[in-house]
Amino acid sequence: MALPLLPADWSADKDFKRLNALSSASERTIEPVGPHFLAHARRARHKRTFSEDDRIQAQEKARKTEDVDDGEISEPEDPMDLQREAKDWKTQDHYKILGLSKYRWKASEDQIKKAHRKKVLKHHPDKKAAQGSTEDDQFFKCIQKATEVLLDPVKRRQYDSVDEEADVDPPTKKLTGKDFYKAWSKFFKAEARFSKEHPVPTFGDENASKEHVEDFYNFWYNFDSWRTFEYLDEDVPDDNENRDQKRHVERKNANARKKKKAEDNMRLRKLLDDASAGDERIKRFRQEANAAKNKKKADREAAEKKAIEDAKAKKEAEEKAKAEAEEKAKAERESSKKAKEAAKNAVKKNKRVLKGSVKDANYFAEGDASAAQVDAVLNDVDLVQGKIDPDEIAALANKLNGLKVSGEIKSVWSDEVKRLVEAGKLKEGDAKTLA
Amino acid sequence: MAENASNAGPEPGSRVTIGITFGNSNSSIAYTTDSKAEVIADEAGDRQIPTVLSYNDGDEYYGGQAKAFLVRQPKITIAYFRDFLGQDFKSIDPTHCHAAAHPEDTSGTVSFSVKDKEEESSTLSVSEVSTRFMRRLVSAASDYLGKKVTSAVITVPTSYTEKQREALIKAANDAGLEILQLIADPVAAILAYDARPEADISDKIVVVADLGGTRSDVTVVASRGGMYTILATAHDFDFAGVHLDNALMEHFAKEFMKKHNTDPRSNPKSLAKLRLEAEATKKALSLGSNAQFSVESLADGYDFSVSINRIRYEMVGRKVFDGFNRLVEGAVKKAGLDVLDVDEVVMCGGTSHTPRIANNLRGIFPETTTIQAPATSTTAINPSELQARGAALQASLIQEYEAADIEQSTHPAVTTVKHIANAIGVVTGENGDVFLPIMPAETAVPARRTVQIPTPAEGGDVLVRVVEGGTHIKVTKPEPKPAKEASDDKEDDEDDSDFDSDEEEEEEKREKIWKIGGELAEAAIRGVKKGGKVEVTINVAADLGVTVTAREVGAKGGVRGQI
Repeated sequence: MALPLLPADWSADKDFKRLNALSSASERTIEPVGPHFLAHARRARHKRTFSEDDRIQAQEKARKTEDVDDGEISEPEDPMDLQREAKDWKTQDHYKILGLSKYRWKASEDQIKKAHRKKVLKHHPDKKAAQGSTEDDQFFKCIQKATEVLLDPVKRRQYDSVDEEADVDPPTKKLTGKDFYKAWSKFFKAEARFSKEHPVPTFGDENASKEHVEDFYNFWYNFDSWRTFEYLDEDVPDDNENRDQKRHVERKNANARKKKKAEDNMRLRKLLDDASAGDERIKRFRQEANAAKNKKKADREAAEKKAIEDAKAKKEAEEKAKAEAEEKAKAERESSKKAKEAAKNAVKKNKRVLKGSVKDANYFAEGDASAAQVDAVLNDVDLVQGKIDPDEIAALANKLNGLKVSGEIKSVWSDEVKRLVEAGKLKEGDAKTLA
Repeated sequence: MAENASNAGPEPGSRVTIGITFGNSNSSIAYTTDSKAEVIADEAGDRQIPTVLSYNDGDEYYGGQAKAFLVRQPKITIAYFRDFLGQDFKSIDPTHCHAAAHPEDTSGTVSFSVKDKEEESSTLSVSEVSTRFMRRLVSAASDYLGKKVTSAVITVPTSYTEKQREALIKAANDAGLEILQLIADPVAAILAYDARPEADISDKIVVVADLGGTRSDVTVVASRGGMYTILATAHDFDFAGVHLDNALMEHFAKEFMKKHNTDPRSNPKSLAKLRLEAEATKKALSLGSNAQFSVESLADGYDFSVSINRIRYEMVGRKVFDGFNRLVEGAVKKAGLDVLDVDEVVMCGGTSHTPRIANNLRGIFPETTTIQAPATSTTAINPSELQARGAALQASLIQEYEAADIEQSTHPAVTTVKHIANAIGVVTGENGDVFLPIMPAETAVPARRTVQIPTPAEGGDVLVRVVEGGTHIKVTKPEPKPAKEASDDKEDDEDDSDFDSDEEEEEEKREKIWKIGGELAEAAIRGVKKGGKVEVTINVAADLGVTVTAREVGAKGGVRGQI
């Protein structure tokens, strides 16, 4: 369907007419999935419009490819290398020859192939001859040799094993703090390229956890390296030599390799010792462990001591309480004995007063009292005394005390007898002499 | 989206990622090579790994091996536990576990009792069971890839609650797996299709019919330029693979009873054999038109062998098949759409292999709708593998990101955006009465769409009218016959007329008609060359501001305006 023709009477400023706004929209959730959502999220988070985002994405993409291209050709060639003789290939730096010195063992096969091609294009002897220079193909042979070594996985490993340019020097012992971790991290990162196992634990920084540090040292003390030293063989057996000679050379090489491998292992072990000796983290973990242990021990001892002290204090308190109780009991016993005696004495005394009172009253007789009269009165006094308790005796004695007149004494006694009769302690007619 | 920040995962550079579909009946794992996803087979060679764990005298079995134990030792075999994860005991449906270890109530949470050590029985929480199963999946993937798998994207049903998501993430973390993201099942399936190099990322409405073993989920998704918005979902536990198995089991049980006078369903062991073989027969019938059902010593020592053809099977399972139809139609309706609005139906889940279901859906949807199922499309991807592939693709997309980045990007602030309610388009046609949609409804903003529209043959000045548009469904009945109308009324009581009216419905012509709505802007392009085209770009910003750019293709300048 084609667009309609413009009506003749249609006109607008800049050929554009605004009419209505968009009708309302609904809020919905888009599923956070897929490449287009990632683009949406990127735009939303960086607040980019479509065209901005397109431009930035395109730029990033373009820059990336450029970088890759740059990286492989950017290394300037060393004039010393250009002068190299092909027969000295053993000593040449294959990566540098191909312009891959910043990649080294990390260079991919693809990179090596690309680098080789670039170098070939530049240094092919036929090209040089065409340009009129001398037929010097020495550097080209170096390039071929380097490629041969690096594209053969076995030979490349052998070369990487002894590629000193890729080594990072172990840090000196003086380093401390952040520098220490940085330097050793760098060293072990380089050393990790020989590991048969991946991933290789990193050295970490001063805040690394105990597990991390332990992992690291465990791994490195049991380091399984693929490093070999065939590349450094002094003699290479030649087919022209006789069998015995060849075997001799092979044996010599094998021994030399073995020795070098052992030396390499020793070297790593020693460096690990150095690293762990200077590692503040290990010291800190040990201190922490000791502190924890000591604290535990101290806690335990304190707890034991406290238990003993508690037991002792308890025992003392018990003994003290016991002694006090005994003393108290004794005192009580004594005081009650005294009181009893006092009471007894008082009763005796009061009884004496009672008896004395009737004597003072002349046994209620006119003139000399007859023996029978005395006896009857005393009997009755005894009777009354027997019926009343010490307190009442004391009260009675109190009333009688000081009385000398017979009538008054008599009335006191008769009152007492009357009270007793009323209380039912005496029968009517008892103690007649006192009534 | 539920991203686990507490668990410091591996460095983004050193991640080895896979996609996992952790299903109730079967699980699968996938990885990506060169942005192509492949499903990994476990040690037994299964790509669909039954989600079953079995413990026999302290030995752990999983997958197909464990499933075989359902016949002999059902009590030591844990199956169908995925849906229990993160659920309280009172809210789970233990139906499917009847012939396996029964779920138990341990202070509200779900657990199983099995002998996972020699001589000793222990109670495993469903979380622990999931962790153990996940560990087996990860080790299968690690063995296959030769590298330790560190991270994964897992697909989950859209109905998964936050609690279930957390439980799943925890179970996976306990198995030593970092979860980059949990993504919705249907979206993973669409992603698997959209990630194919030949796929065109257009604006379309996709219905994902995920027909699984124990549940079916239908989701209506608006796919807009590769961004997916779920419009409606329907979940169903009554029409799924097991119900087809049940229908077949009933059929075979009756056949057996005709011959031997004993019901194989009365004995648990016979029932388990029957179920296992019915499932195998069902799968065979999805591939071929005939299948042999044969079980040795099915019941009372009698062997049983009988063949069944696909037509018979489709009759036996008719009720279930009809259920699937209603489910899909219901979901489309729920989204406020019509079957004519649907551009694509993606069928996933094991049950989607069944040809009848795909053919039925083919009948429901118009000719223009693509039905992505093995029975209807030769380019369809294996429905059982779709979700795992989608998960693996998503994992490969985000594996370079920091966990915090992923979390930020999946934050509701980023994912919740405005969606335009009406389509935006231009008016075309000589009389200016035809609506040409440029940006369909339910497109998430900000969005940008560009179209090229032809101009009248002779060129000249043209008018670009930008308008909103809606659709309605126009139903044209064929020549109404008086007799038919009468029968329509009696439809309910007359059996014969049912058939007639069915036929009549099929003849009914339904069309989607665009209706021009509110006008947004007008612009003029002057002096278009003969046979020239006009390029119209519509850009809707996040605040619903619309920018219209119109220019002649190949010409400079053009008209640009904001609304």
